[in-house]
Amino acid sequence: MKKRVIAAFLVAMMGMSTLAGCGGEKKAETPAAGSSADAAAAEEGKVINIYSWNDEFRQRVEAVYSEVEKTSDDGTVTTLKDGTEIHWIVNPNQDGVYQQKLDEALLNQANADADSKVDLFLAETDYVNKYTDANADVAIPLTELGIDPETDLADQYSFTKTTASDQNGVQRGSTWQCCPGLLVYRRDIAKDVFGTDDPAAVGEKVKDWDTMKASAEELKAKGYYAFASYADTFRLYGNSIADSWVKPGETVVNVDQKIMDWVTTSKEWLDAGYFDKTVKGQWNDDWNKSMGSKSKVFGFLLPAWGIDFVLAKNWDGDMGAWAVTNPPQEYNWGGSYVLGCQGTDNPAHVKDIIMAVTATKDNLLKISKDYSDFTNTTSGMKEAATDDAFSSEFLGGQNPFEYFAPVAENIKIAPLSAYDQGCVELIQNAFSDYFQGLVDLEKAKTNFETAIKERYPDVTEIKWP
Amino acid sequence: MKKKKKSLNYAKWGYIFILPFFACYFIFSLIPLVDTIRYSFFEYYRSGIKEIGPNFIGMANYVSLLESDMVKYAGNTMILWVIGFVPQIVIALLLAVWFTDIRMKIHGKQFFKVVMYLPNLIMASAFAMLFFTLFSSNGPINSILMSLGLITERIDFMGSAFGTRALIGLMNFLMWFGNTAIMLMAAIMGVSVDVLEASEIDGCGTVKRFFYIILPLIRPILAYTLITSIIGGLQMFDVPQILTNGQGTPDRTSTTLIMFLNNHLKSKNYGMAGALSVYLFIVSAILCFIVYRITNDNDPDGSKAAARRKKKEERRRNR
Repeated sequence: MKKRVIAAFLVAMMGMSTLAGCGGEKKAETPAAGSSADAAAAEEGKVINIYSWNDEFRQRVEAVYSEVEKTSDDGTVTTLKDGTEIHWIVNPNQDGVYQQKLDEALLNQANADADSKVDLFLAETDYVNKYTDANADVAIPLTELGIDPETDLADQYSFTKTTASDQNGVQRGSTWQCCPGLLVYRRDIAKDVFGTDDPAAVGEKVKDWDTMKASAEELKAKGYYAFASYADTFRLYGNSIADSWVKPGETVVNVDQKIMDWVTTSKEWLDAGYFDKTVKGQWNDDWNKSMGSKSKVFGFLLPAWGIDFVLAKNWDGDMGAWAVTNPPQEYNWGGSYVLGCQGTDNPAHVKDIIMAVTATKDNLLKISKDYSDFTNTTSGMKEAATDDAFSSEFLGGQNPFEYFAPVAENIKIAPLSAYDQGCVELIQNAFSDYFQGLVDLEKAKTNFETAIKERYPDVTEIKWP
Repeated sequence: MKKKKKSLNYAKWGYIFILPFFACYFIFSLIPLVDTIRYSFFEYYRSGIKEIGPNFIGMANYVSLLESDMVKYAGNTMILWVIGFVPQIVIALLLAVWFTDIRMKIHGKQFFKVVMYLPNLIMASAFAMLFFTLFSSNGPINSILMSLGLITERIDFMGSAFGTRALIGLMNFLMWFGNTAIMLMAAIMGVSVDVLEASEIDGCGTVKRFFYIILPLIRPILAYTLITSIIGGLQMFDVPQILTNGQGTPDRTSTTLIMFLNNHLKSKNYGMAGALSVYLFIVSAILCFIVYRITNDNDPDGSKAAARRKKKEERRRNR
C-alpha cells in the first residue's frame, strides 16, 4: 500500500515537473544599481547593440547613416567607418517575444559589461509608453544625448513627439515614421456603386461616419461590404479617446465612451451587413483573403505600411485597382520609435543615429522614396504631396502623400498609458463574442474585466462609461 | 579477512551511472518545482518593466484563484479531454484487437501501423494551424460542403462552443489514437496464446474473449494509458491555444487550465501562476492515486483485494 502511494506520488511529481516547465523561468533578476556603468560612458564603446523586431530599422540606417561601411551577409553586424560595430539583436514581435527579450536585457543593463549593454532599442506606438515612463527611466531623455527637441526636431509632427514623451513631458524617443491612416478602396467597386472612382468624389462619400453609413447602405444594396470586419474601424475610435486607458499613478481601467461607441456601431453595422460576417478580426486568413480580387469588400482603413506590406501582398489582381482617399476620421496606426537606452556606452553614436534617421529632412525624404514610409517631416511631406516622384505604382500612379499629409497634420494622438497594448487587444477579443451574438453585452464586459485583470495583475477596477 | 574484502561490489557503478539523471532531475526539475511552490505564496509580477515583489502574501493567491473562474476552466479541460479520450480509447482498442487477431489475416500491418502513428509526428501547433485553416469560414471544408450541395450557408465551425470543442477533441483523438493503439497492440500480444486458444476451444466468442480475457489481462497497460492521458489532458494547451488564438473563444469555453496559467505568465505573474500549478499538482496527484487504486484493487496476481478476500475467508474458517 505504502509503495503504491509513493509510486502514485512520484508519477504525479513527474507530471508536475513537466508542468513546472510551463510556469518555469522564475529566476529573479534584481536590477542592481550599477556604478560601473557611469564610468564606462566616458569613452565610446566598440559595440553598439540595437534591439529591434525586424530588419526595417537596419535598412533605414544603412540607407541614410553616412558612417555605415558595410553589413555582414547575415545582417547581424554592421561595421561603421571608425571601426565601431553595430550588433543587431532581432526578436520577433509576435506573442510579445520582442518585449520579453528586451525587458530581460534592460533589467540586466546595469550588470552587463560595456559591449553587451543595450545602446539603442525600438518600440512600437502600442507599447512605447512602457519604456518612456519616467519612473522606469530606461530611455535617455533626448536632451541628455545632446538633442534639443525644440530645435532639432522642430520639423517632426507634434503628435509623434507627444507619444515619445514621458508623463512630465520630457521627450525620450524619436521616430522616422509617422503613420497617418487612409481609406483605401477598390476602384471597380466604387465605379459600380457610386458611378465614379475619383478619389475626391469617393472621399466625399466617406467623409464622416454618418455619410459613411449611408454609403455602406448603398454598397450593401449592390452586394458589397463597406469594410471587412469590426476590427478595421477600431483604430479610428481608439485613437480619439479623451483620456488614457489608465491614468498615471492609478490602477483603474477607464473604458472611454468612444470605445463603447465603437461597440454599438460595430454591432449595428455587423447586423446590418456592412461588414463581412465571416471575417472575425484582423491578421487572420479570412482577413487576408478579403483583400483578394474575389472579395466583396469595398475598402480598408490602413496607414502607409498597411498598404504596402499588407494590402499589396494579399492583392492578387492588377496594379492600379486600388486608390486612397480621406478616412471618415483622422487616425494614426503604428509607428516605430527609436530610444537611446539608459546606461549606453556609445552616447555620441546613439545621438548621430537618431539624428540621421529621424531628424534629417533629406534622409527622411530618401526613406519615403525608397521604402514608401510616410516620414516624420512636416515640410518634406508637404513637398512630397505635390511631387509626382512619390506616386505609387500599386495605386495606379496616384500619389498617396496628397492624402496622407493633411491627415497627419490633424492627428490628435490619444493619451497613452503603459496598459494600452493589453486594453486594445483584449477589448476587441472580448466584444468579438458579443458582435457574433454568442454572449450579451454584460457578459462581454465581464469577460473583458476578467481578461484585463489576468494580463495586468495590478489593475483593481474597471470603469465603464 | 582479506578474502572478504576482495569480493567485488558493483553496486556503486549503478549509483554512478544513475547519477547524471538525478543531477539533471535535481537541477532542472526539483529546484524549479520547489521554487514554484515557494513563489505561490508571494506577490510577484511585472508591471511594465517594473518588478513588483516578491512580497510574502500567504494564501492570497490561492484564495483569489478560487474566486476566479478556475473551476470553470478545469471543467473545460475535463470536457475537452473526455471528448478526445473516449473515441480514442474505443477506436484504439478495436484496432488493437483487429490487428492482433491471427484469424483476421490483415495485410500490410506494418504499413497501417505507421499510417496510424503519423498524425502524432506532426507538431500539435502545426496540426492546430492546419485545422484552423481547414475549418475557417472561408476554408476548404466549407467550400467542399458547399459545392457538394450539402449546405447552403457557410458553417461557422469555430463560432460555437460545441464546434470548437468538437474540433479540439477531434484533433486530440487523431493525434493520439495511433499511439494508444500501438501500445495496446503490444499489450495484447503479450497475452499468452495458450489462454486465447484454450478459450476458443471452450467455445468462447470474439466479444466474450475480448471482455473476459483480453481486457482483464491488459489492465496494467490500460491504467498506464489512462494515467498518461489524464496528465496530458490536464496539460492540454497547444491545440486549443493555437486554434482559438489564445483566447479560448467563444466566451472562454475552450480555455484550459494551462491557457489560464499562460494568461498569467503574460505579466510574469509568477505568484499566481505558481499557485495555479500547485492546484494542478494536487489534482494530478489525487487523480493518479484514484486510478492506481481502481486498477490495482482486484489484481489477479493476489494484491490488496485478493489478500483481503483471503483474510476474510480465513476469518470465516476460524470462526
